[in-house]
Amino acid sequence: MADRYQQLINTPVGKILSKQIGLPSPVTLQRYEPGQPVIDGPVLFGAAAGSTLTPAIAQTLASAEAEVRTPLQEEARQAAADAGIEAGIFNPETADEADRFKAVVFDASGIADPADLVEAYEFFHATIRRVGANGRVIVLGRPPDQIEDPQRHVAQRALEGLTRSMGKEVRRGSTSQLVYVAETAEAEIESTLRFFLSPKSAYVSGQVVRIGQAVSTWDGVDWERPLAAKVALVTGASRGIGESIAEVLARDGAHVVGVDVPAQEAQLSEVTGRLGGSALTLDITDEDAPEQIAAHLQDNHGGVDVVVHNAGVTRDKTLGRMTDDLWRMVIDINLRAPHRIDEALFRRQAVRENGRVVLVSSISGIAGNAGQTNYSTSKAGIIGMVEAYSGPLSERACTINAVAPGFIETQMTAAMPIATREAGRRMSSLQQGGLPVDVAETIAWFANPASAGVNGNVTRVCGQSLIGA
Amino acid sequence: MNSSRRVAVLGGIRIPFARQNGPYAQASNQDMFTATLDALSEKFGLQGEVLGEVAAGAVLKHSRDFNLTRECVLGSKLGAETPAYDVQQACGTGLETTLTVGGKVALGQIEAGIAGGVDTTSDAPLAINEDLREILLEAYRTKSNVERAKLLTKIRPTQLVPEIPRNAEPRTGLSMGEHTAIMAKEWGIGRADQDELAVESHHKLAAAYDTGWLDDLVLPYLGQERDQNLRPDTSVEKMAKLKPVFGGEDGTMTAGNSTPLSDGASAVLIASEEWANERGIPVQAYLVDAQTAGVDYVHKREGLLMAPAYAVPRLLARHELSLQDFDFYEIHEAFAAQVLCTLRAWEDPVFCQERLGLKEPLGPIDRSKLNVHGGSLAAGHPFAATGGRIVAALATELQEKGPGSRGLISICAAGGMGVTAIMEAA
Repeated sequence: MADRYQQLINTPVGKILSKQIGLPSPVTLQRYEPGQPVIDGPVLFGAAAGSTLTPAIAQTLASAEAEVRTPLQEEARQAAADAGIEAGIFNPETADEADRFKAVVFDASGIADPADLVEAYEFFHATIRRVGANGRVIVLGRPPDQIEDPQRHVAQRALEGLTRSMGKEVRRGSTSQLVYVAETAEAEIESTLRFFLSPKSAYVSGQVVRIGQAVSTWDGVDWERPLAAKVALVTGASRGIGESIAEVLARDGAHVVGVDVPAQEAQLSEVTGRLGGSALTLDITDEDAPEQIAAHLQDNHGGVDVVVHNAGVTRDKTLGRMTDDLWRMVIDINLRAPHRIDEALFRRQAVRENGRVVLVSSISGIAGNAGQTNYSTSKAGIIGMVEAYSGPLSERACTINAVAPGFIETQMTAAMPIATREAGRRMSSLQQGGLPVDVAETIAWFANPASAGVNGNVTRVCGQSLIGA
Repeated sequence: MNSSRRVAVLGGIRIPFARQNGPYAQASNQDMFTATLDALSEKFGLQGEVLGEVAAGAVLKHSRDFNLTRECVLGSKLGAETPAYDVQQACGTGLETTLTVGGKVALGQIEAGIAGGVDTTSDAPLAINEDLREILLEAYRTKSNVERAKLLTKIRPTQLVPEIPRNAEPRTGLSMGEHTAIMAKEWGIGRADQDELAVESHHKLAAAYDTGWLDDLVLPYLGQERDQNLRPDTSVEKMAKLKPVFGGEDGTMTAGNSTPLSDGASAVLIASEEWANERGIPVQAYLVDAQTAGVDYVHKREGLLMAPAYAVPRLLARHELSLQDFDFYEIHEAFAAQVLCTLRAWEDPVFCQERLGLKEPLGPIDRSKLNVHGGSLAAGHPFAATGGRIVAALATELQEKGPGSRGLISICAAGGMGVTAIMEAA
């Protein structure tokens, strides 16, 4: 689904024009269709000397049935062999000019001091121009704040500048991420690596994700239907991003309980009916709404596995003009309601083992936005919720994470003035707006039972927007 | 070889190898191999001797040479009652003949025999054009003269161009060099490494001549005293100047790090210990065991010349040896890239675990033990004669090193085959 500028720029004439006068040239992003392989092209898998994440990475690549090549690097080749991968060899000196990779994955965990960073340089220097369209660059390291040795801490932290810059260099729909994996959390990387390799992460770039100890044990998942037999609550499910979240979670096998205000009842029922889920109409800011939701989930489903707080509103006014009720309304719906609902669900122990709370923040919550003091405050508060609760909830075998959407094509953005809209679209590495499904896929990654080690993350779904970066 | 008797290698000899259309341009396979048999007879006093058998072969052979080896025996100083037969297993021919003769010695079927091989790329068989051949055969079958005359009118001038034998795989249409270029790319073998191996090969062979080490192994022929291809003064710098000949413009394979088309012959005397003792001929080495292998380079896309990489680990497993348990490695240098691909494969966990089914890589070899007196890159490679050259050289190396020393032979062959063997000092 390309916007008009994108359609124009991808015509032969448009291509010439964009090249001649340096216009942004967004490509049509590849997005996931059920039944597709995780990744539909060769993966180059490299490692710095002494890296220790290679076995876990190789196991994921094997399980994803990826076609793998590695440089002549000991750790990478040994890991590939141990994972049963018939990995080809990539030697930049002898490789064909035309060799391209769909993904380039580099284990940087062995980089112990700033001088060793040259290993990452050498690897990507020889390979970054071989990343094909809709390609993926993924660097894995160790969380700096958990490293005692200052030199190693500095080196691992430095990777962030590399991956964020590569995100801005790769272009043609390609993305770049950094994944920090805690010691002994190696077994938890598969859901994250699969997500970032696949077209599901089409609009996610320049992100840093932390993987820690699993909050709960989990038995293998069916990667086609990871949420089979799970119950997912989605607020604001009747339209826009919420509808898309409901669709993707249902696609992944979940029974979706959609929540929306009574005024949206017809639309909500249409959505949940189509998805084989169920509808619950109430105003989440009502005093007894949290109790009602908790009771509904316990009475009808015996509890809930995934809670997605998507419902949100904007009521834009500059602060001086903003009325008290506009402030309160936005804070109540966007921030207080999720908080109150969670409080009720956990008090009543309605969230089952290996549960998930997923919040929806916003790029405005990170960067701030003129005319959106109320909205930005609520969305920054959401980030606060992730920070405040990731510890306590992990003790209850539950993770809490947030997505922070950037410019997502919805009815809301369609109503924007054209200049604001165009700026929003183009001012990102991917040079276009995202789609509701991009937010939904990111939420589905958090919701996956295999994401038990993904806790306390705020992941932007913004095409690496220049705003708030 | 699970033998009832040990198979003794008594020694070998060869003529210097020449480049295509060089000094042996007029020499036929028969000429060269007969001369080589006579040289061997001279060396071991076999004149008039009736041996168990002579097995030899040529890769490029005229149809009239259907009994090439037997004809050579009849033309040689050996007893005319010595039976003979031809073997052809591409570049593996020379080593394969050693194995077949050795096998019969082991089983007690014969007491002594000669193994060898010869090839000429100069006096090569030309085949007539396939369309012309069909017309001529049809005319031959036809009974009526009128029909015959009609058929002959179908002959066109273009059909008079003969078919020149090509060094290409029938099932892929790719030459061996092109196949090896694919392997080199797959294994990431760079130009510099190939050139270095080639230069070392020349320097080591030159030293072997200079020190007289080859005096007993090479008999001058048609005025040629040393291998014509040998460039004692070559260097990495000189090699680096050559243009790629395989693998496209940015290919890594040149005429310098690939073997040239060559002419030459070699022969080896193999016998039971009793036979050798009776004649007072010292045993140089024993042929311990051998293994051949094939790879599917057509459908499974394994490298054409990777078969030895599969054969050797089977051999090692059978004898509970590690790849490092050898004093000498004689790896046929069809192309420097072939040797380097093989060595890299043995060091590679993915290849060793996934394709060979081993728990861990075979590991690196001590490169100072590789082709210590030079290899095919320097000597040249008359296809079927290479095996005999290598067996004779290794037997001499083992004899010099003394009891307990052990050597490995690895020869790649067209058709995705490999012939490998283990020899031990006597």
